[in-house]
Amino acid sequence: MDLLQSTLPYLISGISVGGQYALIAIGYTMVYGILRLINFAHGDVFMVAGLVMVYLSAAMPLYIAIPLMILLTVALGFTIERVAYKPLRNAPRMSVMISAIGVSYLIQNLALYITGGLNKNYPAIPWISDKVTIFGMETTRVTVITPFLTVILVAALVLLINHTKIGMAMRAVSRDFETAQLMGIKINSVISATFIIGTFLAAIGSMLYFTNYPGVVPTSGGMPGLKAFVAAVFGGIGSIPGAVIGAFIIGICESIIKGLDTILVVNGVITEQVGFSTFSDAFTFALLIIVLVFKPTGLFGEKTTDKV
Amino acid sequence: MLQKKDNKKNFIALIVVALFLALVLVLDQVIKPTDKMSMLLTVLQKGSVYALAAVSMNLLNGFTGLFSLGHAGFMLVGAYTYAIFTIPAESRDTVYQYYDAAIRVSFPEVLRSGLGSFGTVLGVVLAVVLAGLVAAVFAWLIGLPVLKLKSDYLAIATLGFAEIIRAVFQWGKLGPVTNGSNLLKSFERISTFKLTVGETTIKMSTFVPVLIATVCIALIVLLVNSTYGRSFKAIRDDEIAAEAMGINLAKHKMISFVTSSFFAGVAGATMAMVLGIAQASNFKSAMTYEILLMVVLGGIGSITGSVIGSVLFVAASEWWLRGLDSGVFLGINAPGIFRNGFRLVVFSVIIMVVVLFFRKGIMGDKELPDLLKPRAKKASKKASKKEVTK
Repeated sequence: MDLLQSTLPYLISGISVGGQYALIAIGYTMVYGILRLINFAHGDVFMVAGLVMVYLSAAMPLYIAIPLMILLTVALGFTIERVAYKPLRNAPRMSVMISAIGVSYLIQNLALYITGGLNKNYPAIPWISDKVTIFGMETTRVTVITPFLTVILVAALVLLINHTKIGMAMRAVSRDFETAQLMGIKINSVISATFIIGTFLAAIGSMLYFTNYPGVVPTSGGMPGLKAFVAAVFGGIGSIPGAVIGAFIIGICESIIKGLDTILVVNGVITEQVGFSTFSDAFTFALLIIVLVFKPTGLFGEKTTDKV
Repeated sequence: MLQKKDNKKNFIALIVVALFLALVLVLDQVIKPTDKMSMLLTVLQKGSVYALAAVSMNLLNGFTGLFSLGHAGFMLVGAYTYAIFTIPAESRDTVYQYYDAAIRVSFPEVLRSGLGSFGTVLGVVLAVVLAGLVAAVFAWLIGLPVLKLKSDYLAIATLGFAEIIRAVFQWGKLGPVTNGSNLLKSFERISTFKLTVGETTIKMSTFVPVLIATVCIALIVLLVNSTYGRSFKAIRDDEIAAEAMGINLAKHKMISFVTSSFFAGVAGATMAMVLGIAQASNFKSAMTYEILLMVVLGGIGSITGSVIGSVLFVAASEWWLRGLDSGVFLGINAPGIFRNGFRLVVFSVIIMVVVLFFRKGIMGDKELPDLLKPRAKKASKKASKKEVTK
C-alpha cells in the first residue's frame, strides 16, 4: 500500500505530462509521415504558442485571447512550411532538415530578442488551473483533464483521417508522395493541412503544459519538443495511435524517475538519495536508442525496404 | 610528373600556413588587451575553436554523409577532460567546493617542476591530446549501436546521446570527478600561456589555440585526401555501391565517427582554455546546431568553407554586428530596435537566406586551391581523358 501511495502522485502527473507530449508528438509524426522530415521547429512553435498567450492575455480577456492564440500559432506553422520547407521540396532530405534547424534557431533568437531572455509568467486560466483533490492528493484540474482531452482530440483526428476526403488524401500522400501527386492530389494543400493540424494540437498542448509551469522562456520548447519526437519514434513514426501511446509511456516513466529517489527512500529500498532525477531527460533518450537499435520501426511502425 | 606538382603544391601550402602562424604570433605581441583591435585576437581565438569543431563535423556530415548531431556532447567530454587534468593543486579545493577531488594530477604542474615553462606547454598539449582520446573512446562506445542507423534516425540518436552525456556529467554522484553541476575553473587558460626565453617573454595566448586548430585541421585534410578519405566520400555518395566495391561500411563509418569525435574533443579542450571555464550546461544541442550552421554557411563538404564559415560566424557575432546589440550600428542610433539580442535575429535571418537560396554555401564543395586555378576544369577534363585511355 505504501508503494502505491508514494507512487500515485508521480503516476498522475506522468499521465498528464504524457497527454501534453502526445499533443505535440502528433505534429511530429504527421509531418514525418508525409514529408519524411524531422520538424525541429515544432518544439519552438509550441514555445511561441506559450509566449503569444502571455502577451495576448495581458491585453484582452481570455475568451478572446485563447482562440486568437490558437489562430496565430496555426498561422505561424503554416507560414513556416510555406517559407522554409516548400522551396526545398525537391532538395535532398538533409537540406530540409538543416532548414528546420535554421528555423528553430531563428524562432529562439527572435523570442530571446522580444522577451529579453526573461521568464514570462504564464497567465492563470480560471477553472483549469483550480485546485482539485483526487485519491486524497491535491493537484490542479488541468492534470486531471489533460488525458481525457488528449484522448478526445486524438479520436477526432483519427476520425478525420479515416473518414474525410482530406484524411484520405493525407494517407495517400504519406504512402507514396509522387503517385499521389499523379493521381491529382494537391500535395501542397495536403501538407499545409498537416501543418495546420499539427500546430493546432501543439497550441492546445502548450496551454495545458505551461499552466503547470511557472513561465515561458525562449528555450522552453526544446526539451518537450525533443521528447515528443522521441515519443513519435517510440510509437512508430507516422502512426498516430503509436505516438499517443509512446507519449504516455514516456511521460509516466519520466515522472516516476523524477520521484524515484523519494519513492525508494519511503519504501526503505535505499537509505539516501541517489540523484536519479538528473536522468529524467537522459532516460527518454536512452529509451529512444534502445528502440532504434532493437525495433527501428517502433511499436506500430510500418516496415520499409530500401530499394537500390 | 603529378607527384612533383603535388609536392610543389604541398610546399606552398606549408609556407602559407607557417607565414600565417608567424603573423598570429606577431599580432599576439603587438596588440594590447586594451586596444580596439584586441577584438581581432578574440575572433582568432574563438574562431579557431569553432573552425576545428566545424571541420571535424564536416568530416562526418560532409565527407562521410553521416548526419550526426552529437558534437556538443563530445566537445563537453573534451572540455571536462582538459579542465580536470590541468587544475593546479592549490586551487583544487576551491574548485571542488562540495566534493573531494578524485583526480589529483595536473599535467602542466607535474611537468613544470622538471622542465620549467616548456613543461607547462607540454603538459597542456598532453591534456589536449588526452581530451581528444577520451572523447574518441566515448564515440567508439556510442558508435557501436548507433552507426547502424540511417540518416535522420542517426541524427536524433546522436542528439540523444549528447544529452545523456550532459546529464551524466552533471550527476551529483560523479561530483568528485566532474564537480557535479558546478563549473570547473582555475585551470590552465590562454591568458597565462607565455614562453620565457632568457629575459624576454613571448605571449602565446592567441598563438596556442590557432596552432592547435591548424595542426588538427591539417591532419583532417591529410585524412580526407587519403584512401580512407576516398572511401568516406564513396560511402557518402552511395552506400550500397560503396559496399559493392569492397568498402567495409561499419569499419569506415566507425573510423570517421571516432576521428571526428577526437577532434571535437580537442575543440572542446581548446574552448575550455579560451573561455577559462567548463560547465556542462553550456554544451546544449544549440551548440551543435550553431556548428552545423557554420558548416552549412561555408558549404557542406568543403574544409576551407568550414573554416571561412566559422571565422565569419564568430567575427560577425563577436565583432562586426556588436553594434546591433548596443544601440548604434553603421552610424544609425536607434536603441529601441538595436537592443540585446537583435544581433542574433539578424544573424539567423542571414543564415536562413543562405540555407534557402544559397544552398551550396560560400564554397560549395570546392577548396581554396580549386579557386586559384582558373583553368581547373580543362585540366581535370584532360586528366580524366588520360585515365580513360590508360
